[in-house]
Amino acid sequence: MGTYLRDASQMQALSFTVHIPLVCFGIALPSMIAYVEWRHLRGGDPLYRTLARRWTRIMATLFAVGVITGTILSFEMGALWPGFMSTFGGVFGLGFAIEGFSFFLEAIFIGIYVYGWDRLSARAHLLCLVPVIVAGFTGSLMVISVNAWMQHPSGFRLVHGRAVDVHPLAALFGNSFLWNELIHMYVAAYIVAGFLLAMPYAIARLRGRWGRYERTAFAVPATIAAVASPAQVLIGDWAARDVATQQPTKLAAIEGLTHTTRGAAEHLLGWYSHGQVKFGIAIPKLLSLLAFHNPNAKVQGLDAVPLSQRPPVNLERVSFQLMVGIGTGLAALGVVFLFVRYRHGRLPRARWFYLAVASAGPLSFVALIAGWIVTEVGRQPWVVYRVMTSAEAVTRARGVPVSYGALLAAYIVVGCGVAWVLRRLARAPLDGPEDPFGGGPMRALASGA
Amino acid sequence: MHLYDLPMTCSLAGVALYAVLGGADFGAGLWQLTSILAPGRSDAQRRAAARVREHAHHSMGPVWEANHVWLIFVLTVTWTAYPSAFGAIASTLAIPLFIAGLGVVFRGAAYALRAGGAKPSELGTIDTIFSLSSLLTPFALGAMVGAIASGRVPAGNAAGNMVTSWLNPTSALVGVLAVAVCAYMAAVYLAADAARHGERELAEQFRARALLAGLVAGAVAIAGLAVLHSDAHRLYARLTDGPGLAGLVVSILAGASTLALVGARRLELARGSAALAVVGTIAGWALAQQPLLLVHLTLRQAAAGHETLVALLVAIAVGAAILFPSLGLLFGLLLRGRFDPADADADAEPRVAPPWDTTPIGLLSVSSNGLRARLSLAGLLGGLGLLTAAEAPWAHALGVVSLFVCMLFAFLAVDPLELARAQDGR
Repeated sequence: MGTYLRDASQMQALSFTVHIPLVCFGIALPSMIAYVEWRHLRGGDPLYRTLARRWTRIMATLFAVGVITGTILSFEMGALWPGFMSTFGGVFGLGFAIEGFSFFLEAIFIGIYVYGWDRLSARAHLLCLVPVIVAGFTGSLMVISVNAWMQHPSGFRLVHGRAVDVHPLAALFGNSFLWNELIHMYVAAYIVAGFLLAMPYAIARLRGRWGRYERTAFAVPATIAAVASPAQVLIGDWAARDVATQQPTKLAAIEGLTHTTRGAAEHLLGWYSHGQVKFGIAIPKLLSLLAFHNPNAKVQGLDAVPLSQRPPVNLERVSFQLMVGIGTGLAALGVVFLFVRYRHGRLPRARWFYLAVASAGPLSFVALIAGWIVTEVGRQPWVVYRVMTSAEAVTRARGVPVSYGALLAAYIVVGCGVAWVLRRLARAPLDGPEDPFGGGPMRALASGA
Repeated sequence: MHLYDLPMTCSLAGVALYAVLGGADFGAGLWQLTSILAPGRSDAQRRAAARVREHAHHSMGPVWEANHVWLIFVLTVTWTAYPSAFGAIASTLAIPLFIAGLGVVFRGAAYALRAGGAKPSELGTIDTIFSLSSLLTPFALGAMVGAIASGRVPAGNAAGNMVTSWLNPTSALVGVLAVAVCAYMAAVYLAADAARHGERELAEQFRARALLAGLVAGAVAIAGLAVLHSDAHRLYARLTDGPGLAGLVVSILAGASTLALVGARRLELARGSAALAVVGTIAGWALAQQPLLLVHLTLRQAAAGHETLVALLVAIAVGAAILFPSLGLLFGLLLRGRFDPADADADAEPRVAPPWDTTPIGLLSVSSNGLRARLSLAGLLGGLGLLTAAEAPWAHALGVVSLFVCMLFAFLAVDPLELARAQDGR
């Protein structure tokens, strides 16, 4: 009986693509708000308070949407990949169970924080963000531990299709893949959230609005992104070296390297067809140098595994080069920002810089998704690397395309709604009867009735 | 009680908490729906209907996300402890699961969208679309419970019938019961909340609704026994004359006393006894169905290995030790009215805290920018050496720490707030 592997994969990818930017904001925005509110409490500057309150609205809205998109992902785990869940739920499930508690803490303390403005003592209110920030990290740790396990499975033996001799803690945390994936994603969250949050204020600058409010609101996320982007280059390099040793086939697909080669070259751009990269710019020995820090190191080619076990090479290559290209550009932008700050003690003045930051928002999101494509498509055809294929994992139920279409439509509606709300929130005055988190409508109706 | 029973007990406790807490959230949506469908003719009636919707939304706002997480808790515990059963349930019942998911999407989006929708006409549209989803989700989840309870989910990848497994008398019964219980929990909760705000009229409206919904839920539950008798006889037999009987009795007694308490305006107590009725029903179902989890699959057969179960239970215990005080704080603030708008007027002036420099955080703020920049550079060099040049795992760990030190001090050295203060940013 045929399955809907392709539709199921697409549906999973859609759900993930919608969820992951919200995760970035869930990780990074609370610490930005905490910093601004903390400085308000230390110095009493009311502008910082206004900023923290505006960002609180964004955080509340995006967290609410993140809750629902995350729920859909957890439903899909079982509904789309029952073979995977049935066999390995006992191995990796613990990661999600612990993640559930992180999610609980985030939900509880975001609720208290959002509705607690002016209703709790200033210090207690600020402290509510501490568990949110901590849970943002532990939640990422848990989810990535599961993903790292899928990339580099251990902690069990497979006997007649059943996982036996299961050691869940070893499976989740005794895994060298976990740490570079976690740090790479965690720093990426700050980059993506930083550039996306700086984007509207950069646009305001381009349109001539550049009061102290806009400058402040721009400077905080831009600084975070500027600091994180160059560091991400080093972290990405670390992650790539681990891929080279643990998942050589993925590395070969990223480069389009058919045959095992010593001193392998790296091709920029180009297109992989018939076993070689066409129209690419070859840089001799660069792949060996980058992957193993040795220009003459041996790099395993795609031909080490049968054709059926190779991931789609061009998708891998294009995604990887997109991620690295954008990432390098973002790092350069960050260095420019830091340099101007260091030499001149001010924000950049050039118009191109603000144009670049305005486009860095969406581009950093593209790089994030491209990076996840490299990770997830690169392990195909495996769902659990070299243990279970995606085809074995997928549901045998019919009708996946229908759910896929319905989910796509629902997400388009919700996406439009969220865009509308964020615009509305940016304009609505604080503390007026229209402040949704000030209990305004309730108060207005109660007094009007 | 065996080790493999314990995660299921936790999972069912999660189901009960989700029904009681999350159910009130969906029920609030249902009452929004009724106020939209029958807004009344006169202006006063319409305004009252709008207030019902506003009240329903506002009193759930701070807690709905936390309430929703119980569902995630149930899913993760089940798929960790009983992976094969979870795979079978989620694949055979993919359609109701997906319907419930869409309901969750729209219900959650309502909270996000409502935050920005200030105009009454827009609110009406949003509320209509999203209250409908409050009907869908509890029904679909209830139908899934009905499918499992009536033995229509076999083990295996989508091995059951995709349609009749959840469109059948038992599923319909549990689905309708779930909707009624949600409406009921919400009405009791909202009545108590309105009473706390001193809104007598609104409190009375919701009290009447609570009585109505309670009677409907009770009637459905009793009629349901007849449905079970013909459609799920094993469950019926073991519920009325077997291990499940105790649960059934508790749920009937608690349900009856709830109605009496609502009638007597003892709303806080009524919430407790309503919760007990839900717990009794779930416990009765579980006791009647055991040792089977699915048809031909016992709990023991479905359970994951010993080490997984122990690790999961430890995780739940540690998690609960953090979770319940936090939940207590959230609900304490909510029920004591600390999130109420009236308090906000008390001090619209921004507060200035006492100096922080004595705290550990203060250490980060006393140093000069130059020192921070140098610390940041040191972190960068450490990161380059330990993460990029070195090979050993311990060096990589130190390198990551070093890089985070670099990023933190670079951020502090830039000092974005002071940077923005300078006027020559143009």
